[in-house]
This record gives sequence, structure tokens and C-alpha cells, in this order.
Amino acid sequence: MIVNRLKHLLGAGSALISTLVLWAVPASVKAEWGLNLPRPVTEIARVQYDLHMLIMYIVTVIGIIVFAIMFYSIVKFRKSKGAQAAKFTHSTKAEVIWTVIPTLILIVMAVPSTKALLLMEDTTDSDMVVKVTGYQWGWHYDYMEDDVDFFSKLTTPQSQITGTETKGENYLLEVDNHMVIPVGKKVRILLTARDVIHAWWVPQLGGKKDAIPGFINEMWVRADETGTFRGQCAELCGKDHGYMPIVVDVVEEAEYQAWLAGRRNSG
Amino acid sequence: MTTTVADHHHDEVPKGITRWLFTTNHKDIGTLYLWFSFIMFLVGGAMALVIRAELFQPGLQVVDPHFYNQMVTVHALIMIFGAIMPGFVGFANWMIPMMIGAPDMALPRMNNWSFWLLPFATSLLILSLFVPGGGPAAGWTIYPPLSVQGGMGVDLTIFTIHILGMSSILGAINIIATIMNMRAPGMTLMKMPLFIWTWVITAFLLIAAMPVLAGAVTMLLTDRHFGTAFFDPAGGGDPVMFQHIFWFFGHPEVYILILPAFGIISQVIPTFARKPLFGYTSMVFATAGIAFLSFIVWAHHMYTVGMPLSGELFFMYSTMLIAIPTGVKIFNWMATMWRGSMTFETPMLYAIATVALFTVGGLTGLMMAITPADFQYHDTYFIVAHFHYVIFCGSVLGMFAGVYYWLPKWTGHMYDETLGKWHFWLTIIAFNVTFFPQHFLGFAGMPRRIPDYSLQFAEFNVISSIGGFVLGFSQLILLVVVLKAIRGGKKASAEVWENPEGLEWTVPSPAPYHTFATAPEVK
Repeated sequence: MIVNRLKHLLGAGSALISTLVLWAVPASVKAEWGLNLPRPVTEIARVQYDLHMLIMYIVTVIGIIVFAIMFYSIVKFRKSKGAQAAKFTHSTKAEVIWTVIPTLILIVMAVPSTKALLLMEDTTDSDMVVKVTGYQWGWHYDYMEDDVDFFSKLTTPQSQITGTETKGENYLLEVDNHMVIPVGKKVRILLTARDVIHAWWVPQLGGKKDAIPGFINEMWVRADETGTFRGQCAELCGKDHGYMPIVVDVVEEAEYQAWLAGRRNSG
Repeated sequence: MTTTVADHHHDEVPKGITRWLFTTNHKDIGTLYLWFSFIMFLVGGAMALVIRAELFQPGLQVVDPHFYNQMVTVHALIMIFGAIMPGFVGFANWMIPMMIGAPDMALPRMNNWSFWLLPFATSLLILSLFVPGGGPAAGWTIYPPLSVQGGMGVDLTIFTIHILGMSSILGAINIIATIMNMRAPGMTLMKMPLFIWTWVITAFLLIAAMPVLAGAVTMLLTDRHFGTAFFDPAGGGDPVMFQHIFWFFGHPEVYILILPAFGIISQVIPTFARKPLFGYTSMVFATAGIAFLSFIVWAHHMYTVGMPLSGELFFMYSTMLIAIPTGVKIFNWMATMWRGSMTFETPMLYAIATVALFTVGGLTGLMMAITPADFQYHDTYFIVAHFHYVIFCGSVLGMFAGVYYWLPKWTGHMYDETLGKWHFWLTIIAFNVTFFPQHFLGFAGMPRRIPDYSLQFAEFNVISSIGGFVLGFSQLILLVVVLKAIRGGKKASAEVWENPEGLEWTVPSPAPYHTFATAPEVK
């Protein structure tokens, strides 16, 4: 009997249990296993992160309530325990309640989402522009106002991919030329592609956007702190889709200017 | 109208291969559809195992990236167009005439044709893997310009989609014609079993959506070979237009895959709760509401293409609305179980699992509806986890519930309950082991459709691959269960279960070759 009940609990509930694990495990373990969105370092990424947490809490609570009612029914209303079936077929009151309450929850979710979207799509008043072009399989960065441009490609050696050599720390997330941007500046990123559709995505800097041949998409980032941030192409673009990472160095303004000057001389 | 004497003559079941080639019998065609669906399920599953084998560890071990992309693409196409859609048409063929008291489908010869198109269509698709350049490798969404780059495998895929689309439309016409014209006297629309309702709505979705896909892939074909530039920016075309057209088909397609499963579990849950379905009317309207909304939410699949703000807002709000009718359905099933007298045979277990795990997929779907958050989720493993919770746990588990529920009616024998429970528990546990960690992979930033990944994703991928293999091989248990039930076992009564609702339980088990030659009366 108990074993039976445990089995039911385990089956339909394993999803729920796993969800709970997300909050039950200590923070240090979370970091290693990458259970959540990575730590945001721009305003957009932070807004996305907060929104994500808000919705996740809402849906988790809804999920727990739904599962709790189902488990209660499964345990309580079973024929083997002598439960007699009721005959009711509808209840207008209940149906109105479970239509209205979700509607209200949706409105609660829609308000901050709309605000976030307005913020993300506002690319005005930018301090600088970088044009990013995806190609099969790498990225090209063009600092148009400063006359600097370069290609950026994966540097992980083939031997690490095929396994004849031990994989390095930044396996598949290292490139020859990093994109460099100054900290605290609103950088407008123009996205396009040379051949097929790619998507430029550095999770900690905010969401992704497609790079589409023949079109210019735009997004913006303003990094709050210096550091190196890594991402990947997020739109299937052919054979080496998994091998076109993005690495962005966020540096102090002075360092940025020095980097620009160096680039200009070498180019 | 021939006499009943002539009908008796037909009770002789034809013998040999021609029975299956030339059959116009809805039960035979239903059987063909279901076997075809199951074979495709195993073929598509084998491809999924290739994917999981490659992803077991970082690095490239099993296949090269190009073949990996082909596996990702063909796995999805086979599962969607080869396994799930034909599977539900199989249920429709077997059950619709028996549930509405009709002697057969309205258009039996067309029925034969719509089935026999399928093996040829999917053969083309599988053949494409062996032509120079390989099969389609641009994902099942075959976005240009990537799909324009592919070899003749892409053309074979386009023809596959054309033929499968024809088959689906013929099937849908047949289903609508049957349901609209051949219901037993007294069975008004609002007395139809919910499975009939969900299928008639699905059939309308098919008729509306499949031609759109056919148009999209035809434009792709002419772009590839006949010098047009619908999707080529160099010729003034627009690659994003393909995505809009594709997803205008694609989102209704999602509900084509799920609504018949909702119908099945709406039959199963009342039987095992021994209580009538709660909120029948609201179920019908919720289904129709979901179908309507499915046509105005398509761009939520492509939030990141750079739509205008107003577009993003519209699609976010319309997508969030879907939660309301879907919630109504979930709550109605729960209310059906509430204060019932439940037993937990395999069909009921599957129906409950469908409700529970589809809810998980529905809730993650709600997270993705939120456009700003979706800019992080889009094209990551979070999406992969989400749609497997929806499509596997909604459609496939719903189908399993239906198979176990009606198998005694089809074969005349009870299935092996112990094996059925093994199948259930292995499937449910392995499924969650496979796909729940993928939510975390997506959050942590693992893009989908990559054959190799950075080291931070290694642990969850090991877990996911182990689960995947258990899940895959567990499905062979279903094969054993079905074969055993066909060969023998405990005789099933006409009712099979305890006082089940519906005309299909008034005919003997196994259902005779011809049923309801004389229409029953529905009070």
C-alpha cells in the first residue's frame, strides 16, 4: 500500500521534486551545475533575470497547487479505499473562478514584461556603434566610427574536439580576436549576416538577436562591470554552428581607447 | 442502401496482402495507420538515440556535425509527420465510426489512398539521408537561406512534405465528412464524445494549416531551382517571410498534435474516475478557443528576428491568452477526478501523467510567452525541454493512454497489466530523467542543435543521455504488450471497463469487421 502510493508520488511528482531541488540546493552547487540563468551584468540582462525569476516563481506555485490537488485526489478518491463517485458534471462558480484568476495572474505578468520590452527596444542615445556580421562560421566586428574591423573565430584546436588532447577550461568558448567594449557605455550593436541566419548571444549581456542576411537588426548593451563574457551563435547555421563562439571583453574607457589605437595601427 | 443480408456477406474478412493494400475498412486502415505510426516512432527514436549518444560527452565521438544536423532535422520530421499525426489519424479511423455509430468512414476509398501515400512520403525522407549531400540539415523548420544551401536531400524533404500534406488534408476531409454526416440518430453535436469534438476541430486546423506549409516549401523549391527570390535578400526577397509563413502553419500544427490527445484523455479519465466528464460544454469551447488562438500567436516562435515593438507586444499578449482555455481544460480534468472513485489501470496512469506533465510543459510555455525573458530562452535547451514535455507528454502519452484503453476492444484480449505498468513507470521516470535537466541546460546557456558543447554542460548531458536510452528501449515493451494482446490473453468483455461511456463499448470485443450496419439510437 505504502509502496504503491510512493510509486504514484514518484512518477507524476518527479518533475515537481526536481523543480524544488532548484531552490533546495546550496548556492555553491548551483554555480557549478549552472542551474539558472547566469549572473546578469547589464541592465537588460538584469531585467530579464528578474522577470524570469518572477515568472518562474509564479508558475512553480501554480504547478505545486495543481499537483497538490491531483495527489490529494489520487490518494483520497480511489475505489480501493471505498470512495463513491459523485455525479456532478459542472459548476459555473468553479469555472468562473478558474477563468478569472488565471486572467488576473496574466495581467500581473504582462505589466513588467511590457515595461522590460520597452526598455530593451530603446536603442536611442547610444554612445557608440558596433556592426556585427555573422558568417559561416565566425563573426566579423566593425567599429565603423573608429575605422577598426576584424574577424573573430574559434581557437579551440581540433585535437581537443576529437579528444586526442585534454579539453581546456574554455573549450569551444575561445576565439582569436575578442570583441572589446568600454564599461558603462551604451553600445548599439547592429546585426547582419553574410550567408545564412545566425544569432548573436552573450547570456550575461542580455538576450540574443538574429543576424539576418540583407537585414540590419539592432540591440544594445551597457555593461556594469569589466570582465570577459562568453556566448555562442544561437541559430542553426550549418555544419559548424556549434563552433562559432562569441567573446566580449568589457574594459575601462582608457584601456578601450588604447586597444582601439593598437588595432588601428596593426590594421 | 443494400439490405442487411448483403452486409452479413461482408463479414468475411479478406485474406492475404490484398486485404491491406485494397482495404476500405476503417478498422483495417486504422490498424495500418497505427502500425505505421509505431514503426516511425521507433525510427525517429533511433535517431534521437544517435543525438543522445553524441551528446553523452563533450567533443565529437559518434557522428560528424553535418550528420548530427541531419539527425536533429529528420528526427523531428519523422516524429511529427510520421509518428504523431498518423497515429492520431489511426485512432480517428478506428474510433470515430464506432463512437458516433457509423458503419465506416464517409469516404472509404480516399481513406485507403490517404494511408498509402504515407509510406512513400516517409521513404523519400529516409532516402534523402543516403543521397549526395545527405538529408535535410537545417532543422525541421527548414529556414532559408540555410535550407537553400542543402543538396537534393532538401528537395526530397519538400516532396515528402507535399505528399504528407496531401495525405493529411484527405484524412481531415474524410473525418469532417464522417462526423458531420454519419452520426447516429439522436447524437447532436453537443452529445458527441469529446474525442470526436477534438478531432473535428483538429481536422479544420489541418485543412487550414497544411496548404500554408505546402506553399512555403514550394516557394523554397522554386528559390532553390527556378530562379525565384522569395526568401533571398540578394533578389529582393525576405528570409524572415519564410519564418512567418512557416509558423503560421507551425503553431496550429502544435495543436494538431495535441488536441486529439486531449480528446483521448477526456474519454479515459471519466471511465476510471467512474464519473462523467466535468464541464463538457466548457471543454468544447476551450478546444475551439485554443484552435482560434493558434492562428494569431505564430510569431512567438521568432521573437528574436527583430520584429517591431508593437508586433512583439501583440504576440506576447495573444500567446499569454492561450493559458486561459488550456487552464480550463486542466482544471476540468482535475475536477473530473475530484470525488470520483478512481482505479489506476495503465490507461488511467497514462492519462494522469499526460495531465500532470503536460502542465509542466504548459507552464514553461507561459514563461516563454514573456518576450523579454524569451530573448534568453530562445533556441536553448529550455525550449527543447519545453516542447518535449508538451509533445511527448501531451501527444505521445495521450496516445499510449488511448492504446491501452482501446486495445482490448481492438484485439478482443486484455493486455498484460504488469507489462503495461512496467512500460508506464519506465517511460515516465526515464522521460523526466532525460528532459528535466534540459531546463537547467537551457538556463545555463546551452544552445539547441549543437553536436558539441562546452564543459559546464557536461554533467546534465550525461544524465539526459542515460535517461534517453532507457526511454528509447522501454518503448519495446509496448510492442510486446500489443503483440501479446493480439495473440491471446484474457477475453475482453464488450464493456471491457466498468460502465464506460460511449457507443464503442456496445459492440463486442474484438469489434467485428463491420459495426453499426444499422445505426444505433442515441437518447
